Amino acid sequence: MARMKFLCDVERCIECNACVTACKNENEVPWGVNRRRVITLDDGEPGEKSVSVACMHCTDAPCAAVCPVDCFYTTTDGLVLHDKDLCIGCGYCFYACPFGAPQFPEESAFSQRGKMDKCTFCAGGPEDDNTDAEYEKYGANRIAEGKLPACAEMCSTKALLAGDGELVADIYLKRVMQRSGRPDTWGWQKAYGAGV
Amino acid sequence: MTTASPHTNGRAQNAHRRAMIWSLVLILAGAMIAPLSGYVYVAYAQDEAAWETNPRAETWRDVREGEGGYTSASGPYVTNNLIQNGGENWRNLRNGPVAGIVPWFMAISLLLIGGFHAIHGRNRIDQPLSGKKLLRWRPWERVLHWFTAITFIILAITGLSLLFGRAVLIPLMGHAGFAVWADFSKLLHNFIGPVFTAGVLVMIIAWVRYNIPDKVDLDWFRKAGGMGKQHASAGRMNGGEKAWFWFIAIAGGAVCITGLVLDFPGFGQDRGAMQLANLIHAVVGIAWVALAFGHIYIGTAGTEGAFEGMATGYVSEEWAAEHHDLWLEELRKENRIERPPSQTSPGPITGGATRPGSS
Ligand code: SF4
Ligand code: SF4
Repeated sequence: MARMKFLCDVERCIECNACVTACKNENEVPWGVNRRRVITLDDGEPGEKSVSVACMHCTDAPCAAVCPVDCFYTTTDGLVLHDKDLCIGCGYCFYACPFGAPQFPEESAFSQRGKMDKCTFCAGGPEDDNTDAEYEKYGANRIAEGKLPACAEMCSTKALLAGDGELVADIYLKRVMQRSGRPDTWGWQKAYGAGV
Repeated sequence: MTTASPHTNGRAQNAHRRAMIWSLVLILAGAMIAPLSGYVYVAYAQDEAAWETNPRAETWRDVREGEGGYTSASGPYVTNNLIQNGGENWRNLRNGPVAGIVPWFMAISLLLIGGFHAIHGRNRIDQPLSGKKLLRWRPWERVLHWFTAITFIILAITGLSLLFGRAVLIPLMGHAGFAVWADFSKLLHNFIGPVFTAGVLVMIIAWVRYNIPDKVDLDWFRKAGGMGKQHASAGRMNGGEKAWFWFIAIAGGAVCITGLVLDFPGFGQDRGAMQLANLIHAVVGIAWVALAFGHIYIGTAGTEGAFEGMATGYVSEEWAAEHHDLWLEELRKENRIERPPSQTSPGPITGGATRPGSS
């Protein structure tokens, strides 16, 4: 069984935000909600680095551990998805997530949080695959169609890799050997635990 | 030059030997000193090392330590740092010690109350009741008390549901059922919290002047609030009531403030602040609930005549003499005793200390 992972090759990412745009378009993400974002470190200075980051679909997911209504589930592909019918918008997953992935639409008075929204790895949610109900709540379900997440498919430099973690690691290692740099599996240790 | 004399030959040998010895000394010394030159180089190079460290390594170390960068994404929940480590600590503290230890506050409180009641029983009024009553809590004071009491109970139930519902209620109600209750709980908790906070604030301002600690309170505590053989004196508020007041003012204040930090996330507080606020809110809030059990017990089953005071506003004169003797004395001296309407109309019932309508 595949274990899906994201990896952003920081030597390649050029902060073009194609992944962000692809995600918003593919999933019709509401205004103010960002499932994926690009962060540039040391912006404008020598050694500037950009990283595209979204939910990393953690192995021992902190969001799932703190959710008071226990609405997260991990798919057989290792994807961390959640059920918006259960979510109460408490924001705890946002406190706990290392990557700032959970987002909330502001729905009512006093900036009460709406139901949490985050990257699904383009795998939809608990509704039946590719139904209107699923699309409305969670966006596209490309995985059910045998496709990879739109962000990685659209990446202009193929910096953002998505797919079976072993294949992703293979591609990345080949690159590292070719350019004789050091590997930097950014965020993997945080998301997938030691020994990756 | 094979014909060289033995003399000259010996001199050449000597020179050769000397050269050998000297070069040996030189090599040995060199072998010992050369490695040390490394230190010289390091000492010299260290100045440059300050800016010659590996910039990559530093970038990722900063990232692991939660350093942020620039992002063009915008929205209320967009953060500019790649990794925040506080979340994992918060998760472990909340799901570990807080959820594991804090319920015991409540359990121990209930056990102590049960044990006390079994051994000591109800604190009864010693004097036979004469039927004479006097005003202890004015209507606005009772409204304030019951307003904060009812909102407190709602907040306690909804708050406990949010912290322990996953472990306790989901097995009973199922995921979908509990989600409905949790959603409702969150809504109630978020809207009633600020109103309750306002009530607590008014209560602190209104009652602080009766709650300044003094020597009488020390004596009250030494006599265990009059639970033993000795009678413990007290003014309008006894030592126990003052302690409860100051717990609410300080610890309760912390619960209210952390609650506001969590309730209104749009004021620039970051995740770290909310994680800390959440832990304080849970631990102190539940300590408050545990002590409230004691307060409720003392005010109802624990003390004869106490509940009547907060329910009707009037207490029996015997109750006042037993629990708040100094207060009663003061009222008598200052001629400020107020009787219920039923006891004021026909004429003086008491020793004549009060006139109807005097206040
Ligand atoms: S990245 Fe955040 S939201 Fe995604 S699984 Fe990990 S903790 Fe949960
Ligand atoms: S916001 Fe929703 S998904 Fe996140 S912890 Fe709260 S209930 Fe769970």
